[in-house]
Amino acid sequence: MKPAPFAYHDPRTLDDLLGLAGRLENAKLLAGGQSLVSMLNMRFVIPDHVIDLNRVAGLSGIADTGNAIEIGAMTRQRALERDPVIAAKAPVMQEALRHVGHLQTRSRGTIGGSLCHLDPSAELCAVARLYDATLHVAGARGKRDIAMADWSLGFMTPALEPDEVLTGITLPVWREPHGHAFVELARRHGDFAIAGVGCLVALDGKDTIARAAISIVGIATAPVRLTEAETALTGQPANAATFKAAAVHATKLDCLADAHVSAAYRARLAGVLTERALAIAAARAQGAAHG
Amino acid sequence: MSVRYFGGAVPRLEDPELITGRGRYLDDIRLPAMAEAAFVRSVHAHARIGSIDTAAAKALPGVIAVLTAQDLGVAGKPTPQFAPAPLILQNRTQHVLASDAVHFVGEPIVIVVADTRAIAEDAAALVEIDYDLLPVAADLASALDADAPRAHEGAPDNRLATVRAKFGDADAVFARAPHVFRERILQHRGGCHAMEGRGVIGMEDALSGQLMIWSATQAPYMVRRMFAMFMGWDESRVRVAAPQVGGGFGPKAVVYAEEFAVPLAAMHVGRPVKWTEDRREHFLSTTQQRDQIWDMEVAADKDGRMLAVRGRCLHDNGAYAPYGLILAVSTLGPFPGPYALEALDITLEALFSNKVPTTPVRGAGRPNAAFVLERLADSVARNLKLDRGEVRRRSYVRAEQMPYATGMKGRDGNPIVYDSGDYRACLDTALKNYGEDFRSRQAKARSEGRHLGMGIASYVEDTGLPPFEGVSVKVEANGKVQLVTGAAGQGQGHRTAFAQIVADILSVPIESISYVSADTGRFPLGIGTIGSRVGVLAGSSAHLAATRVREKAIKVAAEMLEASEADLTLEDGRVKVAGTDKSVALKDIAARLDGMAGMPMPKGNEPGLSATAYHEARSTTFANGSNVCEVEVDVATGAVKIIRYVVAHDCGKLINPLIVDGQIRGGVVHGIGNALYEHMRFDEAAQPITTNYGEYLLPIATEMPRIEVTHLETLSPNNPIGVKGAGEGGTIPATACVISAIEDALAPFGVTVNEYPLSPERIIELIDQATRS
Amino acid sequence: MAETRRIRLTVNGRPVEAEVEPRRHLGDFLRQTLGLTGTHLGCEHGVCGACTVIVDGVPARSCLMLAVQADGAQVTSVEGLAKPDGTLHPIQAAFHAHHGLQCGFCTPGMLTTLAAFLAEQPDAGETDIREAISGNICRCTGYENIVDAALAAGKAMRGGS
Repeated sequence: MKPAPFAYHDPRTLDDLLGLAGRLENAKLLAGGQSLVSMLNMRFVIPDHVIDLNRVAGLSGIADTGNAIEIGAMTRQRALERDPVIAAKAPVMQEALRHVGHLQTRSRGTIGGSLCHLDPSAELCAVARLYDATLHVAGARGKRDIAMADWSLGFMTPALEPDEVLTGITLPVWREPHGHAFVELARRHGDFAIAGVGCLVALDGKDTIARAAISIVGIATAPVRLTEAETALTGQPANAATFKAAAVHATKLDCLADAHVSAAYRARLAGVLTERALAIAAARAQGAAHG
Repeated sequence: MSVRYFGGAVPRLEDPELITGRGRYLDDIRLPAMAEAAFVRSVHAHARIGSIDTAAAKALPGVIAVLTAQDLGVAGKPTPQFAPAPLILQNRTQHVLASDAVHFVGEPIVIVVADTRAIAEDAAALVEIDYDLLPVAADLASALDADAPRAHEGAPDNRLATVRAKFGDADAVFARAPHVFRERILQHRGGCHAMEGRGVIGMEDALSGQLMIWSATQAPYMVRRMFAMFMGWDESRVRVAAPQVGGGFGPKAVVYAEEFAVPLAAMHVGRPVKWTEDRREHFLSTTQQRDQIWDMEVAADKDGRMLAVRGRCLHDNGAYAPYGLILAVSTLGPFPGPYALEALDITLEALFSNKVPTTPVRGAGRPNAAFVLERLADSVARNLKLDRGEVRRRSYVRAEQMPYATGMKGRDGNPIVYDSGDYRACLDTALKNYGEDFRSRQAKARSEGRHLGMGIASYVEDTGLPPFEGVSVKVEANGKVQLVTGAAGQGQGHRTAFAQIVADILSVPIESISYVSADTGRFPLGIGTIGSRVGVLAGSSAHLAATRVREKAIKVAAEMLEASEADLTLEDGRVKVAGTDKSVALKDIAARLDGMAGMPMPKGNEPGLSATAYHEARSTTFANGSNVCEVEVDVATGAVKIIRYVVAHDCGKLINPLIVDGQIRGGVVHGIGNALYEHMRFDEAAQPITTNYGEYLLPIATEMPRIEVTHLETLSPNNPIGVKGAGEGGTIPATACVISAIEDALAPFGVTVNEYPLSPERIIELIDQATRS
Repeated sequence: MAETRRIRLTVNGRPVEAEVEPRRHLGDFLRQTLGLTGTHLGCEHGVCGACTVIVDGVPARSCLMLAVQADGAQVTSVEGLAKPDGTLHPIQAAFHAHHGLQCGFCTPGMLTTLAAFLAEQPDAGETDIREAISGNICRCTGYENIVDAALAAGKAMRGGS
């Protein structure tokens, strides 16, 4: 399975990159390559041009800005896995990353690639949604920011113009003590999630839920925030009955069906995993609160 | 003779090359002026071929030839039937390249030869084919209906053959039996997925005029035979060799269209041509196994002893029967398994469909038979509320009944007789090793809302399939020993196992034994590596050949040392006169027998310190085993975790326990893969819809248990080394074992499981259905 | 469109320079351009792991990297695991001692993956080792002996006996 021929470009600066992206027809951007090169090999995509992002300066890095974490789009998943800032301030991302592909794919795979590929099961997209991340995009006409909530235009289609490139993502962190969880069901370790739930829970002094965020992936074309449940959870005691009630919201979601998995099963899973994720996050929050 | 190697956990001689990346697999072979090939394959499951336009493809720079069946002179000429059988109703074999019609997605139509594989693929994409679509035979359940689409246009029906296994009077036994239970059992398609795909290189040797074919095959002698037959050539005009082969598991023993097309293309273009199967091609065009629907009944007495089994199996043979009825016969052959049944009556309808053909995959129909028998045994236990192990104990053939004529007849018409084995002891060993406390742990877990299950499954396997696999052993004048065999390996450790045997008999270090295999130009006759036969047959041949060499050495040494044979021993590569320091090295005996101009041979001796032996198996020898496993089912999600897996296995004497254990573990994991993951799926137009490793799941390390193996050794009386085959014994019961465990875990819901693979979603579905009804 | 690029990289410690078509992936570059056929192609869509090599110290699927992307990189394939004098890498020796291979086709990818992984985590336990090789498919062994080999190699790499 060999790719069809293409012209290869490896710009070194963002300006050069944007120039190419703006000019070339039938071009694909090459980030980590863990999705694209596979599709090239199988001839699922036959671009005339491949624009390699890997040598463009300034597109990777992880910075702690106090209220948020700034992550360059070309930051490798492997780097995110090992980064102390992420460990301290967004540990749910590292928990999610354990489910993302395999050792070898995380060596090359990037967060930007994952966000732009927008696979319905992508765990990093779930995490970005969990944090209401802001995505930074650059194009010939300048820069703009897009909220993660508005990022997906449909199945595997990000809100990028053809001449635009994702350059980075800002993750606003939760300053208060809180617990996190990421649980998913996949057939085998590293497989695409049939459904996955990322969850953050903060408690007040009396073990009542002060704040909750639930992001569900794998069930729709883009990650879904369970906002109704999040609202309903606020002020509730952190116990099994509460989690069970919240999970019911997940089972009512309109889920994808495909040749392999039915919508009904996905909805059921969404409920089960939401309940489990809430329990784990709440338990961790209790740990965080009591020191 | 001191036994230093036989039976020992000797690290493999194969390894040093392979762990340093110096193995030479088919795609590693590079020849001067070698071109590479790609195929244009059918995108429809059933269609007439109208026009084939190759003009654009031919015009691409780097393309050497774009060839159709017409161009190769093979249009309308089907490939030979590998295994002719009188029961075959419609003998349909694949064409080298389809010309009139195609019958499965992936069937090759055009071969493109180019400077590189990439260019060949570019050109293949430019070939335009006009198809006239025909009705597709995609549904097994309705394939016998009068109005079912015919897999082959104009065929009277979709029947390949009707095969029946029968002994005793099943109707009478069923009529009087106190208990009869019915089960419908579904076994889905799966592929073999050796990590190395198929591959062929064809090259005309300008010097000898011989056609050289390298193929990643399990059966080089069959490739030679079939190619020569097809071309009307003497077999000596073709030489076939298998290089290092990266796994076989059955489908690489079939002789494929590509094994004709590639050498023919090489002859046509006058250059060596290589084709390597990529993974997508493997999904489409390498043979698979199963799709079977079994409607079965079991009769039991008042104590749950199984008396008889009857029923019908619809068997999807795919679009052609390249391997005759071997899979159909291998599916029925294993009945009655370890069970001492009074009667059996099973009819198997082998049917054509517009899918890639099915042929044996690891276990070769035996896992199918084991699955049916074990589900029926569980059915008896479940319905009569008896312990499943107890039903087996009551129903098994007993050790004292050996040799036991099962009632079945073999392919040669002779009765099948289990030569040896203690099935109860094997089951008891497995259960004992597993432990006694499962039911109490299960009860406690249930009270906590967790669902543990225990499964058992056993089998009997005919191994060492006749007729032979030969070995020649020669001591060289430099003291090295050359072992040459027709046997073909795909990772089973043949080289090490046979060297162990020979090293002991000749009393030489194992490293002094070189190995040549799987080359029709180096060894005259061979059959193929299938049905767990090579260890038994070639191992026995190695034993015989080495023994003859030893005897010859002693005979010649007696003359050279002027001693009597009775006073001679062979130690450390020297023949010694006992009680003296007179000795002669094997290498010197070899030199003597290699001959020198003017010097006569020692009287009564043929030249060469060598011998060739073909141990002949007149019948198979029977291995058996029992597996026990424990699973936990998450009834909220349907996810299954395998917690523990125990095997008790009897394959007679072990040449090398490392190798045997490795085969068993690998086989078990293959069976677990079938139980939980592997489902080769097609849509209603017989389009394959799982064609990559994201959609078709193989077992990986994270979900696999450690597998505890205990060996029992009931020696085979049928060969000089007491061994039985081991290559498929892990796989045969494993799927049944896991499914049995899942059913046990879900017993509180009243779930019955008679199918595989089981996805988490399917498990939830089964629970929902059972709780609703 | 047979445009080529000149690339310079280090492979198994040796400098290499070649002209490659951009579409040639790193696996084919090693196998076809350099004749290093130890790296195997089992699927060419990034799942089976047989093609794994070590790129700048980390294990990567060579079928999912274009050769042109390896310009300037240090690549180690299975042929580069042993020392120049032939001394086997601990993971190679352990595979041999523990019967961690049968047909050998997945083995190069297993070895490079484990060599890189154990260099970072020599004290990894069974669960972590199984996760580390979850991206490597073996059809022959059932994985158990591979895990045992990795545990033994890790121990050797830590300096244990």
